[in-house]
Amino acid sequence: MRLTVLTAVTGLLVLVFIFELLRRRQLREKYAVLWLSVGIVIVPLGLFPRLLDGIASSVGVAYGISLVLFLGIVFLLLVCIHLSWEASRLEEETRTLAEEVALIKTEMSKREHSND
Amino acid sequence: MINGKRVLVIVPAWEEAESIGDTVREIIDVLPEVDVLVVDDGSTDRTSDIAREAGATVTRLPYNLGVGGAMRLGYLYAKTQGYDVAVQIDADGQHDPRYLPKLVDRLDESALVIGARFAGEGDYTVRGPRKWSMLLLSFVLSKLAKRKLTDTTSGFRACNRDLIELFASWYPVEYLGDTVETTVRVIRLGYKIEQVPVAMRPRAGGTPSQSPARAMIYLGRAIMTLLLALNRR
Repeated sequence: MRLTVLTAVTGLLVLVFIFELLRRRQLREKYAVLWLSVGIVIVPLGLFPRLLDGIASSVGVAYGISLVLFLGIVFLLLVCIHLSWEASRLEEETRTLAEEVALIKTEMSKREHSND
Repeated sequence: MINGKRVLVIVPAWEEAESIGDTVREIIDVLPEVDVLVVDDGSTDRTSDIAREAGATVTRLPYNLGVGGAMRLGYLYAKTQGYDVAVQIDADGQHDPRYLPKLVDRLDESALVIGARFAGEGDYTVRGPRKWSMLLLSFVLSKLAKRKLTDTTSGFRACNRDLIELFASWYPVEYLGDTVETTVRVIRLGYKIEQVPVAMRPRAGGTPSQSPARAMIYLGRAIMTLLLALNRR
């Protein structure tokens, strides 16, 4: 019973935290949707840990909780890959900006010289 | 102007205050008819100032991107300023600008001309894993290009207007990607590549990276870059 309280409270806290970040416009919507749906899945599981036992045994996993752990790790792995991808894209974007800034500065100093 | 073509020499430079001045002055001395653009790749030393004093146009990246990043900016400049030919020359003074007209001459036939170190001229040698990487790269790329390319990682290369436009929007920033991957892409797009033998001189400043461990890492990266480049469309 105590474990149920712990997991349910954790799930709720995560939900509140995400909602707060969203409210303060600190999180882009695409991430907010992702994490909100995670929270919404986690909270009922915290309250009723045996909820997944049926599905778990049908795919050959003894306990529902083990299935949750497995899916959780897969999910986190995917999130990490996504973040690497996102970081690569951002680097490409800042690279383009850096080039544009350099070109503009060169152009400006050229004009200054021709005005002298 | 060389053969009626507007030629831009692009010199990517990072922390090259020691040698950039001499390199730029020599290019201008030998080839007064070309324009020199030094792309300062976010140096913290006086690279930009010295290059400007030596007579080059300087464009400065706000932070370090690597040779590939500096070169794409160079090509972007060449594209917007309407140059017909862009030639890359290293800042450390190991490329002799006297060979430049030779490279540019060959551009009538080929889209990309590489100044190659191992093609008979000069006595540049490497050993160990670094040599294996170069042999591997030149073997695979020669097969692809259907002609002999002995020095695919050479930073002494000239390209025509078509490739300037390509490189201005697409130029890998990764190490080795800048030379190997661009070569693969250019071949795949159906452009002709050829090499011209050049002699290399010892570097004027800085230290070459040549420890055995580094050479092994270099080999690994060469293989990885090659595999990725060959599997891209």
